[in-house]
Amino acid sequence: MSVDRRGFLVAVAATVGAAVQDSLAGSGPAGKVADPASAGRAMAPTTAADTDAGFQAIEKQLKCSCGCGLDIYTCRTTDFNCTYSPGLHRQIVALADEGKSAQEIIDAFVAQYGQQVLMAPPKRGFNLAGYFVPSLVVLVAAGFLILMLRRWTRAAAVEAAAVLPVARGSVDASPAELERLRRELERLPN
Amino acid sequence: MTLLGHLSLWLAFLVGLWGAVTGFAGGLQGRVDLQRSARHAVFAMFGALALASICLETAIFRHDFNVEYVAAYTSRNLPTFYLWSALYAGQKGSLLFWATVLSLFAALAQLLTSGRHRVYLPFVAAVTCVVAAFFVSVMLFAANPFERLAFTPVDGRGMNPQLQNPGMVFHPPMLYLGYISITIPFAFAIAALLSKKLEVDWLVAVRKWTLVSWLFLAIGLLLGMWWAYVELGWGGYWAWDPVENAALLPWLVMTAFLHSVMIQEKRGMLKKWNLALIIGAWLLSIFGTFITRSGVIASVHSFTQSGVGYFFLVFLVVAAVASFTLYATRLPLLEAEAKLESMVSREASFLFNNLLFIGIAFSVLWGTLFPILSEWVQGTKVTVGPPFFNQVNIPLGLALLALTGIGPLIAWRRASLPNLRRQFAVPAVTGLFVFLILLVAGMRDVGALIAIALGGFVTATVIQEFGRGASARHRQYGEPLALAAVRLIGRNRRRYGGYIVHFGMVLLFVAFAGMAFKTETQATLRPGESATLRSPYGHLYTFTHLSISQYDALNRRVTAAFVDVSRDGKQVGRLKTEKRQHVDALGRNTFEPSTEVGIRSGLREDLYVVLGGLVNGTEQAVYRFTINPLVWWVWFGGYVLVAGGLIVLWPGGGPPAVRRTQAGYAVKLEAQR
Repeated sequence: MSVDRRGFLVAVAATVGAAVQDSLAGSGPAGKVADPASAGRAMAPTTAADTDAGFQAIEKQLKCSCGCGLDIYTCRTTDFNCTYSPGLHRQIVALADEGKSAQEIIDAFVAQYGQQVLMAPPKRGFNLAGYFVPSLVVLVAAGFLILMLRRWTRAAAVEAAAVLPVARGSVDASPAELERLRRELERLPN
Repeated sequence: MTLLGHLSLWLAFLVGLWGAVTGFAGGLQGRVDLQRSARHAVFAMFGALALASICLETAIFRHDFNVEYVAAYTSRNLPTFYLWSALYAGQKGSLLFWATVLSLFAALAQLLTSGRHRVYLPFVAAVTCVVAAFFVSVMLFAANPFERLAFTPVDGRGMNPQLQNPGMVFHPPMLYLGYISITIPFAFAIAALLSKKLEVDWLVAVRKWTLVSWLFLAIGLLLGMWWAYVELGWGGYWAWDPVENAALLPWLVMTAFLHSVMIQEKRGMLKKWNLALIIGAWLLSIFGTFITRSGVIASVHSFTQSGVGYFFLVFLVVAAVASFTLYATRLPLLEAEAKLESMVSREASFLFNNLLFIGIAFSVLWGTLFPILSEWVQGTKVTVGPPFFNQVNIPLGLALLALTGIGPLIAWRRASLPNLRRQFAVPAVTGLFVFLILLVAGMRDVGALIAIALGGFVTATVIQEFGRGASARHRQYGEPLALAAVRLIGRNRRRYGGYIVHFGMVLLFVAFAGMAFKTETQATLRPGESATLRSPYGHLYTFTHLSISQYDALNRRVTAAFVDVSRDGKQVGRLKTEKRQHVDALGRNTFEPSTEVGIRSGLREDLYVVLGGLVNGTEQAVYRFTINPLVWWVWFGGYVLVAGGLIVLWPGGGPPAVRRTQAGYAVKLEAQR
């Protein structure tokens, strides 16, 4: 079998590449990597609890205490250097193992870490203002705007009525022509 | 060089003060010599600040680690690309960058403003000098970028790995450009108030600058979203972080202004409101700076907690009091020239549009400040995260999307019933049709359903407007429809560019809705093992862990994981995700290892793979696999929005005076009825 020069070089490069790969310390299926420290914190294998939708739902309501501002689930699956979120996750799993419901787990966290552990404040007391003031302000402003609009449009109607007799004679066109012109103008792009 | 830089700062400060005094005095007394001096002060200030920036960049490129700033944010092996961006990577350098760009904008405002607006320029020079001198004073008295250390480290600490991303090179300057350029419309607004020349003229000067600012801020926000998505690894692009919110606030207020300004131009109404919006937008930009730099509200984005923030708080309060006092004294001069004639009119729809923009801005501000408020009132700290913001803002956002379609369909002054029927028929049916199709297809997320249906409605509105305009040209000039559509945009850039912006917003809203269908899983895989994940479209993706590879790159040790991806059994590509341990020139670790995400972006969905880490230092890897629907459309929608903004900004395309005349004719015609 004849091998051209290019094919030969490719084959040599592939062999060298494979040799280099093989020469890495501990290569092969799940072998050790050369420099584990530069790959970040050593991880434990994923468990069923790590991917459980129920735990995720709880963790998404609770804030990680590392200062990242993320919820526990997002933090532990994003910032893999964080040492807080895996611990908080384990705490949630442990509470669930004790037979606590989702709400009881959340309550336990609030009791331990305070209200700020919740990703959104509970809807009670002063916190209700947090949720409803923006909507109320918009509604009140909308009501005020409607009242103002009505006042303005009434005032404009009064003014228009006052100028109507004077203005009527200033255009040399029949009412039918004016109506046609108005329709044409309406059809024009604004 | 640092001495020269420091002296330049002092020079800029003194010249800034001089420019402020001569600008105000020259403008109020009408003295031409003082006005000229203020103008020269603006140019001199720019020169001094540009020199200071060059001095700092020189120290950075020379690796002068005796300069505290250089040692804190760079290292010998930092790639050249990031040495440039080191200028604004830290608090002190970013203040210098800010002041320099502000002085550049101030100089451009003096040079580019047309002759008929020259009456405002002394005041504009004075206001920009005050603001720039304030920023320089912060550097001189609290955050000197030229501060030297008592010793010289062998190497610097290097730049935060998360900032070593192309997005981070362009995102902060764009955001800064947006923030900074708001000062120019604000300066024109103050100039109009001081000079008492409050006719429509000042608006023409202000509108273009506001548009520039709006566009830069939009690009900055979009780049920030892109950076967060590709770099931070949490799989999203917007987290309602206080710093993100702070940048969104002035953008929302400016968007409201860009709509309501049309009413003032066409009808001479809303003068008070428009001035308040411009002043408010600028104050919010300073508020955002305070939030970012004070550390008063916890944010992952903010600079380290420092006293610098309180300079901004004092400046914010003083500026707000001074601006609104001046505003209050001029209220009698700001009476409307015309009255609103109908509740069903373009003007009224713009007022509701403004209400929603300001409502959303208020809601975002309220949510951002609520933790502080809660601590004051009930003594309890609370967290206001994405669940809160989504709950409060999604309904308002959807209402705004609806108005994006409704507004252009309603005639100016007064819409008749036949007119409404004719305008709304096709868009409303389109929106309803989209809604029903999605419902039948099984979509049950109410927010996403409404968002996409409204997207259909607004898109139909935009197409209808383009179609009618192009058809009119086709009939009138015999142009082919495609050419007619292009010429239509060229002839009325503001209007049709605005529609393109609306379409960009539709794409963004639909893409945001797509995130409701995000799916993800975690898996620990040995080489050759696979994990599966079903996409919202029903496809089964298989992710196969191939191998781990370690190698040295420029300033980091890389641990790369390779993943083979197949969809429904058919291979679609290979993804690489990394852990990066950054090191300095001596090989010492500089920061904690960071993560580089592997992304395969498509029209329907993004595959987003994150290497969590290795199990006991072996090739067994922990992964997070995420399918993010429609993310590509966020970036495409961003391009469309920016393209529309550029079309609006492009000079020419018919002066507003033409439309005012047309509106005036309509007034006369209405009087005949």
